[in-house]
Amino acid sequence: MSPQASTPLVPAKTDPEMIRNFCIIAHIDHGKSTLADRMLQLTGVVQPRQMKAQYLDRMDIERERGITIKSQAVRMPWEHAEDTYAFHMIDTPGHVDFSYEVSRSLDACEGALLLVDAAQGIEAQTLANLYLAMEHDLVIIPVLNKIDLPAAMPDKYAAEIAGLIGCEPEEVLRVSGKTGEGVEELLDRIVEEVPAPEGDAEAPARAMIFDSVYDTYRGVVTFVRVVDGSLGHREKIRMMSTGATHELLEIGVSQPEPKPTQGLGIGEVGYLITGVKDVRQSKVGDTVTSQARPADELIRGYQEPRPMVFSGLFPIDGSEFPVLREALEKLQLNDAALNFEPETSTALGFGFRVGFLGLLHLEITRERLEQEYNLELISTAPNVVYEVTDESGETHQVTNPSEFPEGKIADIREPIVDATVIVPAEFIGPVMELCQSRRGAMQGMDYLSEERVEIRYSMPLAEIVFDFFDNLKSRTKGYASLNWQGTGEQSADLVKVDILLQGDKVDAFSAITHRDQAYDYGVKMASKLKDLIPRQQFEVPVQAAIGSRIIARENIRAIRKDVLSKCYGGDISRKRKLLEKQKEGKKRMKMVGTVEVPQEAFITALSSESGSKEKAKK
Amino acid sequence: MPAPLPIGDPVPADGSFPPPVRDALASRAEKPFGLYVHIPFCSVRCGYCDFNTYTAEDLGPGASRDSYPDTLIRELEFAASALQAAGAPQRKLRTIFFGGGTPTLLPAEDLARILQRARDLFGVEENAEITTEANPDTVTDESAQTLAEAGFTRVSLGMQSAVPEVLRVLDRTHNPDNVPAAHQAARDAGLQTSLDLIYGTPGESLQDWRTSLQAAIELRPDHISAYSLIIEEGTAMAAKIRRGQLADIDSDDQADKYLLTDELLVEAGYHWYEVSNYSTGESTRSQHNLNYWLDSDWWGAGPGAHSHLAGLRWWNAKHPAAYAQRMHQGVSAGQGRELLDDQAIVLEHLMLRLRIAEGLDIAEFNGLAALLRGGGEPITAATLETLVAEGLIEADAAAASSSWPQGRAVLTVKGRLLADAVTRSLVE
Repeated sequence: MSPQASTPLVPAKTDPEMIRNFCIIAHIDHGKSTLADRMLQLTGVVQPRQMKAQYLDRMDIERERGITIKSQAVRMPWEHAEDTYAFHMIDTPGHVDFSYEVSRSLDACEGALLLVDAAQGIEAQTLANLYLAMEHDLVIIPVLNKIDLPAAMPDKYAAEIAGLIGCEPEEVLRVSGKTGEGVEELLDRIVEEVPAPEGDAEAPARAMIFDSVYDTYRGVVTFVRVVDGSLGHREKIRMMSTGATHELLEIGVSQPEPKPTQGLGIGEVGYLITGVKDVRQSKVGDTVTSQARPADELIRGYQEPRPMVFSGLFPIDGSEFPVLREALEKLQLNDAALNFEPETSTALGFGFRVGFLGLLHLEITRERLEQEYNLELISTAPNVVYEVTDESGETHQVTNPSEFPEGKIADIREPIVDATVIVPAEFIGPVMELCQSRRGAMQGMDYLSEERVEIRYSMPLAEIVFDFFDNLKSRTKGYASLNWQGTGEQSADLVKVDILLQGDKVDAFSAITHRDQAYDYGVKMASKLKDLIPRQQFEVPVQAAIGSRIIARENIRAIRKDVLSKCYGGDISRKRKLLEKQKEGKKRMKMVGTVEVPQEAFITALSSESGSKEKAKK
Repeated sequence: MPAPLPIGDPVPADGSFPPPVRDALASRAEKPFGLYVHIPFCSVRCGYCDFNTYTAEDLGPGASRDSYPDTLIRELEFAASALQAAGAPQRKLRTIFFGGGTPTLLPAEDLARILQRARDLFGVEENAEITTEANPDTVTDESAQTLAEAGFTRVSLGMQSAVPEVLRVLDRTHNPDNVPAAHQAARDAGLQTSLDLIYGTPGESLQDWRTSLQAAIELRPDHISAYSLIIEEGTAMAAKIRRGQLADIDSDDQADKYLLTDELLVEAGYHWYEVSNYSTGESTRSQHNLNYWLDSDWWGAGPGAHSHLAGLRWWNAKHPAAYAQRMHQGVSAGQGRELLDDQAIVLEHLMLRLRIAEGLDIAEFNGLAALLRGGGEPITAATLETLVAEGLIEADAAAASSSWPQGRAVLTVKGRLLADAVTRSLVE
């Protein structure tokens, strides 16, 4: 007998008692999307023939990377003990860069499935999101996935999870999203354990925005969870943080295709369409209320997304600057956290200084720009935001080394984070060594099980954005997982290191580093550039400097021979074509003063060593 | 492995020329006309060589050492009728050059027979320059005499180096002791002489190179060519360098050696007339070689040979067997060709004229650039002054003319070493 509900409950007319809202907390590739797909199938909302693998991951780039960036909510019917229930499954982003979105998604739920790969155990980011869910008082249903794998060790990881959430190992469900084993039981557990939503039906309507997505045809689609009252079709609504009002052109639920309804009631999760074109007009975390009978208070204090990492993006072909601008504007329609302003680099030309939530956000954005808009980009080394106070007591926000004030500095403050690393115990040494070399201060260490350890450090964010994760992975044979969370700021002894070519500063290579690491950076960069820049007709000194003090120097010797001595028995064509090729190559050179620097030199010098290895693998 | 040919347009089977070339031919009656004859045989392939040459004696029908002269003669006949069909003005040959390969691997009688056929078909100017390249081991008093009697006026000996170790790295098998004898034999037969040298071989010291130069100078040839070794892709030497069995060539070392070359040869009374070529005087320059730089016309016969006629460049099928097959079918040996566009004409003019001692006639170049659309910007006085200031072109050339941009841009010795860079800077 199929447990599919024969008559699903009608949205806006559903008793909150019959509603269950939950999300899935899982690490990338622990099988969240496969499990979600299986649920869609079992509850009958997606017919088998419409099923495509990982239905809920819509963007190509997400599918490619197996990452769910944007959450969506799906309404599914389920029958249990002869009652029909309505589930809203809220798909949360798994990555730390999007922790604000995760938080809002958790707000929309009463329960969370903690999904862990039975062959790998829990990862740092999952742990972070688990703690977040516990802070939000969600009921946690622990689930081990992929039990069909030969390498699965369900007993071991069940014990680990039980230790973390304080349950018995036997209470940890064992499922396989792939074969479907245990999934029906899981759906029943959701009915039994996740509390029904509560709210005041008579109060003015309040709904929380937990996601907002731009759709080319429909404009912004806003996902909400109704807390009090109800919202109806054609109603005038108001965004409480901005006071902006809109008409509800459409209201509905996802199944997972959008399905218009008459409205949404208490505890229900669905979408709103108002015709706005920009996700920044429909902000995650904001409260939607009714214009006719507005509520007084927001559900939660609204917080603007704050970019943590900045990088300059420059088109390799300078004429593509307008294309880049347009592309960034389009991405911004769907990414409220993305912000940018024009930047001019003497070395790289016109581009944009772009702020990101974190490194993954940066990487995804860059990849989308390259894939979807066919842009070839140079990105400068990522850096964090510094607060620099000069001698006169004036404070500057520095998101770009070029904004670093000249002259004496009274104080520099940099963001610090709490970093958590989960790693097999054998790697404790290398991880501690790495964290210490990155100015980390140890906060604590806990054994999750006999073999796995959680190590906590307080570290400057700048150290994390510079190559940290790649280094961590290579020191731990890929086993380490990392999570970090901004905790505040600290004063630090930082300096700006400039790189000079023939005495001319190359702004693209300037970096803000700790004074103790400045020399290292200077030496490395100068020797890299010496190898990357072809010899010119004159000698070119490559120097690294702090202010006017030179800390490292290399020389690119002048080229003395640039002529083909043979004419190849009258094969003039060959010689001419060689010259034409060289001429063409010259077009791809950037001039720094009188020095010709190939684009490739910028790209290679600016990419981290491990980053370029990564590229090579692809 | 022989280097690949350029990529071009197909050549019609009858070898007919495109209309712009036919139109231009009429006006070229006064331009020198030359013949290049390619002999694709060697007894050993040298490790650095990417020329179109083969060590087997038999490369297929019409392409064995025995049958090749007849195949080649077919191309000469094809050339004569193709030129006639195009209405080209009757031009006698001013220069003929037998290159390879090792032309002297063929019996001197065969070379004489080919030459005679060319004479019958085209006519040869009085005082024409007729050269053959030769391996020093293959030139004897008798063969030199036969060559002279057949009408050859000049022999270019592949000496390369006087240092045995360097010759070994180059895979040259000739005995350096044979060079003086071969040179003397050519002299005695009344032939002009030229010695080919190579510098910058891995392992060659500056002193080694000095030794080779001095040995060459001591023989007092009329002409010396000194080429820097170029590592061509696909050669045995390139593979050895890649595997680390040989040191890579070093451009600073080659620059030092070029400077030494210029110093010693000038001291010995030789004059440079092209980046890599020196002669005792104007009459001993290689006219055939010079014609390559001067936009003259020549027919290149033999597999892989390149030709130029009034702005049309073409090249023959590379493999001797494929070449022979075409010749026996009576179709053009041309594998590909390109009709130079305005931009290419201007770039070639610049790159070729800058290589020679007469230099680039600025007014002529600017006239050319102005005449041809998209050909480039005229060269300004400021540009020339910068090049003088950088020591790349001769200052007295500037002084000799009333003012830039008249006069000629002639490269200094430093400028010759950077000739390609100077060329690029002028076509910006």
